[in-house]
Amino acid sequence: MSWITDLFRRRAIYNDLAEEMRLHLEERAEQLMREGLSRHQAEQAARRAFGNRTVLEERSREVWQWPTLESIWADVRFALRQLRRSPGFTVTAVLTLALAIGANAVVFGMMNALILRPLNVPQAASLYAIEHGSDYGYQSYPDYLDLRDRNRSFQSLAAFTATQAGLDTGKDASRVFGYQTSGNYFDTLGIQPYLGRFFHSSDERGIDSAPYVVLSYAYWHSHFQDDRNAVGRTVQLNKHPFTVVGVAPPEFRGTLLLLSPDFFMPAVNQEQLDGQNFLNARGARGILEVIGHLKPGVSPAQAVDDLNSIGSYLANTYPKIDSLKSYTLARPGLYGDMVGRPARAFLAGLMLLAGLILLAACANLGSLFAARAADRSREVALRLALGSRRIRILRQLLTESVLLSLAGGTLGLVASVVLLHRLSVWQPIPRLPVNVPVSPDVRVYLVALALALASGLLFGIVPVRQLFRANPYEIVKSGASASFGRRLTVRDLLLVLQIAICAVLVTSSIVAVRGLVRSLHSNFGFEPHNAILADTDLKMAGYTGDRVPAMQRRMIEAVETIPGVAQVASANSTPLGGVQVKSAVFKDETRDLRQSNAAASTFLYDVSPNYFQAAGTSLLAGRPFSWRDDGNAPRVAVVNREFAREVFGSSTNGVGGYFRASDGTRIQVVGLVEDGKYMSLTEDPQAAMFFPMLQSPSSQTFLLVRPKGDSSGDPQQLAAAIRIKLRDLDQEIPLETETWIDDLDGAMFPARWATVSLGVLGIMGALVAITGIFGMAAYSVSKRLRELGIRIALGAKPTEVLQAALGRPLKLLAIGSAAGLLLGILATKVLAFIVYQATPRDPFVLAGVVLATLLLGLVATWIPAQRALSADPLVLLRED
Amino acid sequence: MMILESLRRQPAHGYALVQHIHQRSNNLLQVEEGSLYPALQRLLKGRLVKAEWGVSATNRRVRTYEITPAGLHHLEAEISSFERMFEGIALVLNPGESTAN
Repeated sequence: MSWITDLFRRRAIYNDLAEEMRLHLEERAEQLMREGLSRHQAEQAARRAFGNRTVLEERSREVWQWPTLESIWADVRFALRQLRRSPGFTVTAVLTLALAIGANAVVFGMMNALILRPLNVPQAASLYAIEHGSDYGYQSYPDYLDLRDRNRSFQSLAAFTATQAGLDTGKDASRVFGYQTSGNYFDTLGIQPYLGRFFHSSDERGIDSAPYVVLSYAYWHSHFQDDRNAVGRTVQLNKHPFTVVGVAPPEFRGTLLLLSPDFFMPAVNQEQLDGQNFLNARGARGILEVIGHLKPGVSPAQAVDDLNSIGSYLANTYPKIDSLKSYTLARPGLYGDMVGRPARAFLAGLMLLAGLILLAACANLGSLFAARAADRSREVALRLALGSRRIRILRQLLTESVLLSLAGGTLGLVASVVLLHRLSVWQPIPRLPVNVPVSPDVRVYLVALALALASGLLFGIVPVRQLFRANPYEIVKSGASASFGRRLTVRDLLLVLQIAICAVLVTSSIVAVRGLVRSLHSNFGFEPHNAILADTDLKMAGYTGDRVPAMQRRMIEAVETIPGVAQVASANSTPLGGVQVKSAVFKDETRDLRQSNAAASTFLYDVSPNYFQAAGTSLLAGRPFSWRDDGNAPRVAVVNREFAREVFGSSTNGVGGYFRASDGTRIQVVGLVEDGKYMSLTEDPQAAMFFPMLQSPSSQTFLLVRPKGDSSGDPQQLAAAIRIKLRDLDQEIPLETETWIDDLDGAMFPARWATVSLGVLGIMGALVAITGIFGMAAYSVSKRLRELGIRIALGAKPTEVLQAALGRPLKLLAIGSAAGLLLGILATKVLAFIVYQATPRDPFVLAGVVLATLLLGLVATWIPAQRALSADPLVLLRED
Repeated sequence: MMILESLRRQPAHGYALVQHIHQRSNNLLQVEEGSLYPALQRLLKGRLVKAEWGVSATNRRVRTYEITPAGLHHLEAEISSFERMFEGIALVLNPGESTAN
């Protein structure tokens, strides 16, 4: 590769050359002087004999230059000049591309962070999560131990579950979020501590034997101010002493992508936090996510076979508890496939839409380029006639488009990087440390660059055929505009295609927005408006056993004394809130209580007597609870219509009937309430049952406070009053208050996210459509300005002029949007999985899309129309 | 070709080359002396000659060119093709002589 070294040696070569020529002249002059000339004459004669030194030097240098590179540079300079001459076109093109490439970079950045990039642990490729059955796929602790000890496929298996706790470091009690893990968690993952040590399986010597806690780097940094002496200190977790043994490294943020924990603690000590023990409850499935590295040489399929044989052993050994379900392996990080699958599908959908936008932008710029090329066909024809090679002209055109696309790509990438960084620190759900770690990496930059180059080549190639088909002779003779705009061109097709794509985007974003609005006003089976939630976990303040319901009753009675409060109730969780408990129930006559004989799987809430009134859930039949439904009274429950339908076969009766809880307890139904939404807004009707909290106590406490009247007073004021009342009862209760509407943010999160993304894409689609139609209309008007001027001079009415000038772009717009609307309606069927009640068969949506395209057409053709109308025939005819 | 032929006889610097060609052609070839240099650069780039800074017999700092093996090879190929062409031209110009041969 001699030319590479030549490239770097060039300066030396040039210097040698100049020196050599100087010496040559000197020698010749001396020679002449020896022959008797004066110095001056000799130097002149020497220069004469030598010839033009500058030209010769230049020609000598050319020998060393790289002709292709230099001429490409010339192309670039020429292209820059061309672009500078039409700043409007340049700015439009760069912005369009920036939008399109930026959108792609953002979506790809999310996909990269959530799907493509593995967890930040060593050898992430061989790390798998074990799923069981089709539900949550999580395991119980005894099942985990069996899996860990009996499998032959994994190097080791670790388990973890997310938990919340009140952490008291001596200064303030605050609610923190962490993992309860098996002792071998860090060793399985191969993580080394940043400070101190981690706990190991050797620390586990039975229940409550390992009161150790490892802090995450972020928590240590923010709450211990990087104090290295924090290791060894004792902190209180839910009023139990734990020793800080170490700090995790900064890059390790747990094994869930969306939830980064503040602390890690051994699961053997979980009873101290949770108040009840799950370590021996084999039936308590859905608790632990089990992860591990496959042994070298073991394929995932072999591992699944291995796990399934353990599964059949478990089902045979514990027939009452473990029913036979198959095991599968999933990528860890997104709660296995439960969140992972829809997230993947959604992101893939977004990527597709973003790709469509880019395609639309390319089509758009392609048609603009074709228009410009038509203007330049004379120049090209001339160059061809003068013997220029086609490849040379092609290169020049592509240089221009690639320059544009690189500029647009850079701009888009910068914008997307800013956006992605903001997304990374965004906390969409209050109270939970959820965030989306989507910082871009080198892969994102490369993809953006590749997209920019590809799109530049794509839209640059559009006009090429048109240019080279041209007959130089004809064009030079008659000018370029002779055959403009009478038949269907590639340009028209591109415009229709692009408008169709944009209409799809606009349609789906309107459907999504509409769905969201509807979901905000739909019937949840409770009335979140105006109500305020105060939530706490009494075990964080050290309450256990009978003291829990007693305290809850005192809290209710205390808050009831606040003026302006109508009803107060307590529940262990609220529908659509953070955590939902599900339980199997059996028909009264069922004796064999194995999972497969269950009559229904139902949501379960432990509530206080006033709950239905305070929550705004209407009681359809029977009675609500009272304080007399306590531990000494017969067990009772209130169920919803879906429960009655599934267990009693009819959604209207059931009151007075009996069923059995998962432990076999016989329970009588005393009331029937309406159905609601419990887990997500898009779910089908689900069974739910309510137990009186005195019969089924729980330390999780959500105080539900409904003020009198419609919206009396400031919710913040009421919340403050509630906090004061409860602090009076007990200083140490960690407490959070917020409106019930705000609390629903978690449930709304997917729908909101989808809507925002689709909305943004829709707006971008609309913008691209506008620039496309605008470009087309403006070009068509400027091409036919002379003709329009003549029409005006001959007395054409404004409407006729407009029809002549803009009829074609508008016709294309109509065709494109009709096609796009149809496609969009098909596409929104897919949306219905994420967005509540997303249906395109909605007059509002249809009208919205039609209105939107009309508006687009109006906006995009406004300026060209003005220009067409103001065409001054005199000026135009004088021009040439 | 002339440059290569001159260099084959002995390595020389630019000025000496000009003088040499001047003399050898009996002053028939009147070209600008400087036009030698682009040609020399082409030869350098083609690795047909190599150049080195040194001191001449007259105690001047000069850049001496020397023919390389590749240059020699090239020169022989060029000369033979040139001779063939020359022969052809001669045949066309003097058809009588050719028949006589």
